Amino acid sequence: MVEHAEIRMVHRGGSKINFREPVITNDSRFLLCAAGESVNVYSTSTEEYVHDLQGHTDLVTGVVLNPSNHLQVYSCSADGTVRLWDFTDAILIKTFIIGYPIYSIYVSEKHGGVVFLVVPMADYKSSELFQLVAVHLPHSGDQEVEARELSAVLCDVSPHAGAASFGREGEYIASVKGLQLEVFFFKKQKSYRFSLKSGMKKGAKNAFTCVSCHPKEDCIATGHEDGKIRMWRNFNQKKEYTYSTLHWHHGAVNTLCFTPEGTNLLSGGIESVLVHWHYTQENQKDFLPRLGAAITHIAVSPDGSLFSTSHSDNKITIIQSCVKVSAVIQGLVKGDGVWTNLIIDPRSKALVLNGKPGHLQFYSLHRDKQLYNLEIVQQEYIHEEGLDQFEVVNAAFDARGNWLATVEERRKKGAELEITLKLWAYDELTQSFVLNTTVTAPHEDQITAMFFSPSPETTMLVTTSLDGHFKAWLLADHSDANEGFWACDFVGGYHLLKPGCCSFSADGSLLSVGFQEVVTVWSPASWELLTTLSQPPGAIRDLCFGRLSCSKYLLGASTKNQLCCWNLLTCSLEWSTPMDVSLLQADPLSENMAAFCSQSGSSDLFVFKPSEPRPLYSQKALCTGKVQHAVFAPRDQMLESCEERTQWLNRSQLYFFTQHMDLLTFSTKTEEDRLLASSKQLMVDDSVAVTPFYLLLGKHRGQQLEKQEALTNPMAERTQLPQGSIAIKELLHTPAHVLPSASFLCAMFVRSLLISSSSARASLGCILCQRSSHWMEMEALVVHTTKKQVSLPVMWS
Amino acid sequence: MGEFKVHRVRFFDYMPTAIRAMAFNAHTERLALGRMDGSVEIFNFADRYFQEKVIPGKDSRSIEALCWVGGRLFSAGLNGEITEYDLENLRPKYSLEAYGGPIWTITSNSQGAHLAIGCEDGTVKLFEVLEESIQFERNLDRQKGRIISLSWHPSGTQIAAGMMDMIRVFDVPTGRAVQRLLVDRGFGGSKSRETVVWSVVFLSDYTIISGDSAGKVQVWDGHTGTLVKTHLVTKWDVLALSVSKDESSVVVGTSEGTVIQFQFIAPTLQQQQDKEWVRTRTFKNHTHDVRALAEIETAIVSGGMDTQLVVRPLLEKFDERSHASALRKIQFPHRNLVFCAKKAGLLLFQFPGQLELWRLGESDGHGKPGDSLPLKRKPEKLLHLKRKGEDHICCSALSSCGGWLAYSTMSSVRLYRLQTDNNDISISKVPKLPKILRSAHQLCFSSDSSKLFAASSQSSVLVIALSQSECKYVHTLKPKSGSRQPIHLMTNSVDGKWLATANSDCEIHVYNVQKLKLHCIVPVYGSCPSAMGIHPTTNNLTMVHADQQIFEYSIVEKQYTDWSRKLQKQGLHNLWLDRDTPVTHVTFNPKNPEQILLHDMHMFCIIDQSLPLPDQKTQFYNQMTLRSLSEQERPSHLHAFKICKTFQDLLSVSLLDDQSLVMVERPLLAITCQLPAPVRQKKFAT
Repeated sequence: MVEHAEIRMVHRGGSKINFREPVITNDSRFLLCAAGESVNVYSTSTEEYVHDLQGHTDLVTGVVLNPSNHLQVYSCSADGTVRLWDFTDAILIKTFIIGYPIYSIYVSEKHGGVVFLVVPMADYKSSELFQLVAVHLPHSGDQEVEARELSAVLCDVSPHAGAASFGREGEYIASVKGLQLEVFFFKKQKSYRFSLKSGMKKGAKNAFTCVSCHPKEDCIATGHEDGKIRMWRNFNQKKEYTYSTLHWHHGAVNTLCFTPEGTNLLSGGIESVLVHWHYTQENQKDFLPRLGAAITHIAVSPDGSLFSTSHSDNKITIIQSCVKVSAVIQGLVKGDGVWTNLIIDPRSKALVLNGKPGHLQFYSLHRDKQLYNLEIVQQEYIHEEGLDQFEVVNAAFDARGNWLATVEERRKKGAELEITLKLWAYDELTQSFVLNTTVTAPHEDQITAMFFSPSPETTMLVTTSLDGHFKAWLLADHSDANEGFWACDFVGGYHLLKPGCCSFSADGSLLSVGFQEVVTVWSPASWELLTTLSQPPGAIRDLCFGRLSCSKYLLGASTKNQLCCWNLLTCSLEWSTPMDVSLLQADPLSENMAAFCSQSGSSDLFVFKPSEPRPLYSQKALCTGKVQHAVFAPRDQMLESCEERTQWLNRSQLYFFTQHMDLLTFSTKTEEDRLLASSKQLMVDDSVAVTPFYLLLGKHRGQQLEKQEALTNPMAERTQLPQGSIAIKELLHTPAHVLPSASFLCAMFVRSLLISSSSARASLGCILCQRSSHWMEMEALVVHTTKKQVSLPVMWS
Repeated sequence: MGEFKVHRVRFFDYMPTAIRAMAFNAHTERLALGRMDGSVEIFNFADRYFQEKVIPGKDSRSIEALCWVGGRLFSAGLNGEITEYDLENLRPKYSLEAYGGPIWTITSNSQGAHLAIGCEDGTVKLFEVLEESIQFERNLDRQKGRIISLSWHPSGTQIAAGMMDMIRVFDVPTGRAVQRLLVDRGFGGSKSRETVVWSVVFLSDYTIISGDSAGKVQVWDGHTGTLVKTHLVTKWDVLALSVSKDESSVVVGTSEGTVIQFQFIAPTLQQQQDKEWVRTRTFKNHTHDVRALAEIETAIVSGGMDTQLVVRPLLEKFDERSHASALRKIQFPHRNLVFCAKKAGLLLFQFPGQLELWRLGESDGHGKPGDSLPLKRKPEKLLHLKRKGEDHICCSALSSCGGWLAYSTMSSVRLYRLQTDNNDISISKVPKLPKILRSAHQLCFSSDSSKLFAASSQSSVLVIALSQSECKYVHTLKPKSGSRQPIHLMTNSVDGKWLATANSDCEIHVYNVQKLKLHCIVPVYGSCPSAMGIHPTTNNLTMVHADQQIFEYSIVEKQYTDWSRKLQKQGLHNLWLDRDTPVTHVTFNPKNPEQILLHDMHMFCIIDQSLPLPDQKTQFYNQMTLRSLSEQERPSHLHAFKICKTFQDLLSVSLLDDQSLVMVERPLLAITCQLPAPVRQKKFAT
């Protein structure tokens, strides 16, 4: 990142929104949640993404409302800063530099100007010990303030959010870790510890998982690994403390939350049921079942009207008045793993990969939103560990997006492998995929690769399998039936070697299949083996044809650190280079190819053209671990960058998954500038709910009105004149709470009113000019969005 | 440890009866326990929960409630009688018909001047407690419907009475009902069934807490008669309630076998006003109905249909872990129900209603340690002797030759002559017993079967001479201390010279039987002896007390032996002291005079006096370690206490003359199997 300042690796979408407890604002209109390196603001009523608060340079680890100003939030991050934001306008107000990575943040109304942070213990840098510290945030006019005066409150706390909670009126803080509950009273500066026995012998698991304090009474609720909830009372005594036990959950209690009035206690766990305990009448409880996935966090709006539950499948559910799910904010589902390649749906341009168990998810990269889930396995999923269940392991689209092929398999230890190949046709009417053909046991062993032929004339699917064959499947036309079905057309093999990969040339005229060390090139039209290429040692792991001007090249990556490039015209090796390529990906819109190499625990990226000896772009130590999945996603709008280094990003963007399932991409400076500009433009008046519709129409109307006014009342226009000056703009448009003192502004303001007659004309012209350019932009936006609408019909279905 | 052939006896179908009522006397720290068969047991909570006294039951007597007035114990039952017990002679002192039909409850006021009983006919009757008896005083306003539960206000001016569907509050001076609190019925199908207020307590701040058959615990304001709070704790019945002395905690027992604690807690920590009753802990130690409950200073005591008495200590009342802070379950009686004829190989089992005589099986096989041998002859039930009369058997004895058998009920003693030829057995009752022998607390034959010792009132022992033709009263041995407490242990020496008795005052007297006079008094130790035995060769008296201390006293020298002094000086191992059941039997190995054999419910122990005593650092339960060591290393790890836990739920261990051990086991599971089915409960994932 240092060497290429203009290209930055960024989390763009797909970040975990269930990482920390979200915050619902006082007026219940927005929901704020930590998402990767930024804080996302969503509308609670329309579930729409409003904007994000960007500024942190590492994972955001906590968001809390500023207790002294309900229009501000604090966020903390592993980059060692606490930032104060105005979330309605997405303005960063202040940055407090703490200097240690921060893992959680807690605030209380009673402790104004103080935030409580969980940071690593200073003297135990290597070990995993954390402490809770109080940080007095200094009052200062500066944007960046150093706040390095930490005073330790509790030692050895858990870094997880939800493992500490402020008690009634902030008089004490309760923290749980392992088998111990610790309550620290601020007035007495004294802490009480209560330990439980591990209970392993009796089959109980007593370890604490979460804690929540009653807001009005001195009662602490703690959740435990075996699903019990304990309600602690009288905890200011060492021995006379007492607790009662509630038990409904059969798995661990992941999260607990009291409602603001303390009349109810909410709890959630793996059962994906929100349980609603009535305080003091604990045997009466209500349930909100079938929330889809395990509940990881619960947040309640300050007025208690809205609940939000975060789920393990990267989803936030907003629940109205305890019973009704009113909105679902779905992020990129990252289940147990991704087995399919990353694929781009040619129609919706959405990223397609494994979603919920047995599903494929269609995820819009541009809008950072899940479009829909396609159920593939069509069997009930049983939520229990240790079961062998069907999983989608492979998927492919044809060139136009009319066909989708999926492979699902069930691995059983010792038993026979069950594989099913399914072909789905796109139905224009319902705007979704409909199952066309199911082939049970298409191969006798695992399917290693599957591709559609890109040629526009035939729709052909090729599958390669470890059973030593590759098969070509064709859509058989039956005149009597309305719809054709798929059937096997050709079975090929080569010396009983096991094929590991295959690739079609860009026009579909050639098929290359890698049989261990040997690459075979076939003509799909006649199924003739055209040639074999071989470059031992090392089995071929990845094959890729060049595109456009480089279509004469075939690239192969072998297991023995070799990247080879064959010239198909001469059938000879053009060049080869020693590289341990783990993934080879071709950009469908240009000649560029991306190769991910794993080296000493981290991955490097090289972007190159097969015809050119020099890589276009290289990035060492991209991320730790192997990159297994990557894809070039076409851009909506081409970038016009002339910079040599960034040219490869003009047509498409490269997305990839790191080992830890973070979706990363590369962004250029120009792109970021453009984004910034557009986000400024989209800043809206907060009196109306923010919907895209409003953005299009509401603003438009406002402009019209303004214009009419200006036309009908020329006097007004004149009086408006001074508004053009920067000082007044600043005065009127800056939020009041970030303004300097009035006395300071006064002089500037008065000076700005003194207009010299000569400059008046000029400034008027300037304003008119500004306005017309604004108009242009608006129109551009409208066109742009309608285009989107057309290209993404599924959104509206 | 030595090798023994073991008779593992599992054919003693001992079945304790359900616990029905309980009363704790905080002053004397005695718990009175009433069982379904009408027997009353007294446990001394100051002395490791030792079962001090057992008053045998009677067929016609039933106990619904127990109540202490000072040191006097009263019970009332569905037979309509109030009974006062004579705790010195272990018999009812008198019974008084209350003329109100079956009595459901009895309770005394805190002043100890009056008893109130609740009757089936709807009356609450007040009895005045007099010096030697009680006297009917008056009826309170008669109600429709039975009075199930009663509770006096601590001031003694009001009584709360739990009835069907309601609670009444009576003003005692006028006898008028001043409040009527209606109790809701259950939900659903049980709506048509009347709600029984099984239990009620009246607190000093005029709060009434009730538990009823709809599973509710309700808190009422006794002044206004309004319901303050309802806690639905179970789908079944709430049967018992007990309040702590400082009225900060109430425990309730339910049909599901749970005991639930409610505490009087302020919602916020600073201000201690506006306290409310909050459900806190749940204890599940029972499988069946919890019928009786008592919250004492440091523990919750509960008992019910599953026949066991559970003492659940409140851990916050203890500063450190000790034997007192451990959960304790009392399942077996702390006295002998099994008698073994060592020479004849016969076993006598004592049941409340009958005696069973068994002959042990025989085997001539040989095997490795741990093997089970094939039986040549199966154990055989020789005799099933039903008692006469209504009174239950309180004690019995079998002579070691197997020729004599005796048992005693509260009203009579019976002596039988047994004659066994190989397969025939004949029994004949000895007709004329001396008139003075009317009842006995303990019976014991001398080892040569020539004498019968019967423990009588005021710690005296009657000596009866037995011969083929007649039995003759010889002498009454009387202690010098003048103790009025009953004898609960009696043992005599093999040479027939010595007789040792222990009474509930912890006194141990040693008599010279040949001279028929008191020989000596063993120095009184503060804990009650739970087992004792006289060594066959040295004539040392070994005593084990309820607090697990062991003493050895030389009768001849009238002083503690050196071994005993050494043991006391060094102290017993903590693991020994922390065991939770008392030793109930001491025997000796005639072949190896160094060995003392002891057992309690969970273990069997051989104390070898020739080996060094263990100190606190040595591994106490070392049998497994010893087995893994080589022959050379073993001696350095040996210590005097050799403990075997192979046999569990032991009722008796005795050593026959042919050097084989008889282990009488009664697996708790077998007892549980015979209990009626518990209430149906929904179990998760079933």
